[in-house]
Amino acid sequence: MKWQIEDTPERAAFRAEFTGWLREHLPKGWMESIESGDDDAFDAAKSASDWNPFTWNALVGANGYGAPLWPKEFGGLSGEQWMQQIVREELARYRLPLVSINILGVGLAGPTIIEHGTEAQKDRYLKKILTGEEIWCQLFSEPGSGSDLASLSTKAVRDGDEWVVNGQKVWTSIGQFAKFGMLVARTDPNIPKHDGLTYFILEMSTPGVDVRPLRQLTGSSEFNEVYLTDVRIPDANRVGAVGDGWRAARTTLMNERATLSGLSMDQSSIMGGTRKDPWQSFLEGIDDKTDLIVRQQIAQFYIEQEVKEITAFRASSARMSGSQPGPESSVNKVFNAEFNQRKSSFSMNAAGMASVAWAPGKGGSADSRMHTFLRSRANTIEGGTSEVLRNQIGERVLGLPRDIDTDKGLPWKEIRRN
Amino acid sequence: MSVNFAFSEEQEQLRASVRKFLEDKSPESEVRRLMETDEGFDPAVWSQMGQQLGLQGLAIPEEFGGSGYGFIEMVVVLEEMGRSLLCAPYFSSVVMAANLLLNSGDDAAKKELLPGIASGETIATVAYVEESGIWDESGVTATATKAGDGYTISGTKSFVLDGHTANLLLVAARTSAGVSIFAVDGTASGVTRTLLQTLDTTRKQAKITLADAPARLIGTEGKGWDALGKTLDQAVVALAAEQVGGSQFCMDMAVQYAKDRMQFGRPIGSFQAIKHKCADMLLEVESAKSAAYYAGWAAAEDNDELPTVACLAKSYCSETYFHTAAENIQIHGGIGFTWEHPAHLYYKRAKTSELIFGDPTYHRELLCQRLGI
Repeated sequence: MKWQIEDTPERAAFRAEFTGWLREHLPKGWMESIESGDDDAFDAAKSASDWNPFTWNALVGANGYGAPLWPKEFGGLSGEQWMQQIVREELARYRLPLVSINILGVGLAGPTIIEHGTEAQKDRYLKKILTGEEIWCQLFSEPGSGSDLASLSTKAVRDGDEWVVNGQKVWTSIGQFAKFGMLVARTDPNIPKHDGLTYFILEMSTPGVDVRPLRQLTGSSEFNEVYLTDVRIPDANRVGAVGDGWRAARTTLMNERATLSGLSMDQSSIMGGTRKDPWQSFLEGIDDKTDLIVRQQIAQFYIEQEVKEITAFRASSARMSGSQPGPESSVNKVFNAEFNQRKSSFSMNAAGMASVAWAPGKGGSADSRMHTFLRSRANTIEGGTSEVLRNQIGERVLGLPRDIDTDKGLPWKEIRRN
Repeated sequence: MSVNFAFSEEQEQLRASVRKFLEDKSPESEVRRLMETDEGFDPAVWSQMGQQLGLQGLAIPEEFGGSGYGFIEMVVVLEEMGRSLLCAPYFSSVVMAANLLLNSGDDAAKKELLPGIASGETIATVAYVEESGIWDESGVTATATKAGDGYTISGTKSFVLDGHTANLLLVAARTSAGVSIFAVDGTASGVTRTLLQTLDTTRKQAKITLADAPARLIGTEGKGWDALGKTLDQAVVALAAEQVGGSQFCMDMAVQYAKDRMQFGRPIGSFQAIKHKCADMLLEVESAKSAAYYAGWAAAEDNDELPTVACLAKSYCSETYFHTAAENIQIHGGIGFTWEHPAHLYYKRAKTSELIFGDPTYHRELLCQRLGI
């Protein structure tokens, strides 16, 4: 999408300030080669430099550009939505990472702490989230509680100034690297499920926390299971009131959808520095572009990709500064997830048998194509299944009545569970 | 449209006043009355549209008798007309003919013909497609021959929107120089107009036979397709806006019914099978809005993206409208299949709109070509 709308003077000034900052901090030749369209010069500039996504993330995070919407005192710019948009546009133009390496910290934990945390928690955690000094993970899903997250069983029992936690979490991305986790646990089993939850910050090095890699159908272990055995959490690490955990959890979930919906989560979004436009890479992977049926499909992917980006732009523009993302992020997330699956499946077909069999050690593009194809299967499950999100769209956006809840009003301990 | 891609306050006021006007003047009962007539529109309402709201002249430059607004305002108006299934020659006269004249580069013709279209006194249409149903330049086989100061045209045009009532026909015909545009009086000698039977009776179509009909050249001989091709890009964007308005209304109808209709002791909208259909409609309608608004912006800016986003919007919005119109019938069940229920009116408009100017398959192929694939 080439959407360029003329900046107002205020926006032009911010854009100039940000690109000026980039020019000051990026290696010599990086921006110039992109501006002149010289890909070879870009590769040369990049390889001659010591640029890497981790130090870059720290630099961006320390200067407010990692979270323009966050308050200044916590490391943001106290900015508005359009600032975030401009930052993203310029990052994309200069082939820089669009999301933080600490994506769950910046996208999920930070907004939750800003909304529900104590002043001490804000001071302690937010800046180090932005610089990536402290990586965060999310301890929500459990083997027995996926879509029905509020039915979760991990329990926290108060013991003086501490809570003692026992249970099992699953689908924990980057749990093995994380310093902190966002944890929701049951503090009262005798009342209805939503009312008995409390939200905590868990330091992952606490005794009793056991992170075990879980192998996915891609073959890699991106997620983990986390076993919690007599884990002690200080009460100072509680976010929000006892029994008010569901409200804070919903903030996290809404932000999760917004994070997952706004961007395509490919490698270059996170690591940066790739020179190829993803659309061009997609086209190059298709051998025969003269076949009329293939052309129909290429056009349809082009159309849906454009439409998806425009819708995300409309949604992010409509959102006011500082307010929490609304249900429009569910719309984007469903579309994005299903689009990724269709597109990556089509890429396999377009490459033919070369996408399902290759000589040992000669994987190359076939290997990454396979991984993209397999990984996309999780897109309609993670961060809310497409079915649950369609319920939310139906109920919260269109105002349709809820389905019958057989567990409504029952104490959690009386609910039928796995 | 500003950077946040919301409509301005003034544009929202325009929407509100057009909606109010159409609720008063084009309720379902009027749509049903007019669709049974040959003429297909109410001349009194047509002139009120021009005189009270200035809708015909909205996007025509002031120097030619209009009020000089842009394409975004057209998008707003057409969305509302699509929502109410307004029976009037607005699309043919204001969107197609006026833009063709504006694109023609013929200042004399613009000065002479546009003020009538802007006031609503002239009803014009574009006759370029023939019975082959080929939407591109190759479909034009009618011929024009020089005769004295003017030309005469022979050939047969079909699927001409409101062609039976228009008093000004802008006809595409070939001379030795190539496709050219000509103005032909609707009642001129040699012009025979036949109202076609249509799936969608709220939008009339005609076959027009021209036998040595007297004609006046508009623009440069042989350069007609330059002007017409651009007009078609603008027309499909305008049609996409109309399709968005219709889709939104179909979704609104379906969602309301899903809330009201009780079966098995509860509203059917509480069942996931129905709820998810509604959610999918919303996904598509929001996406169609993105496509149509973005295309409207490209048309308003008249930028080099217009050719590609026009194809994009036509393809996407066509499929959205047909799907939402079909799902609306399904969610209504038996009552949705009756003549008395309005669902079929939208279903018929949706299918017709999907095919007019080329179906989604045609526009996807065109998109590939325009993207250089």
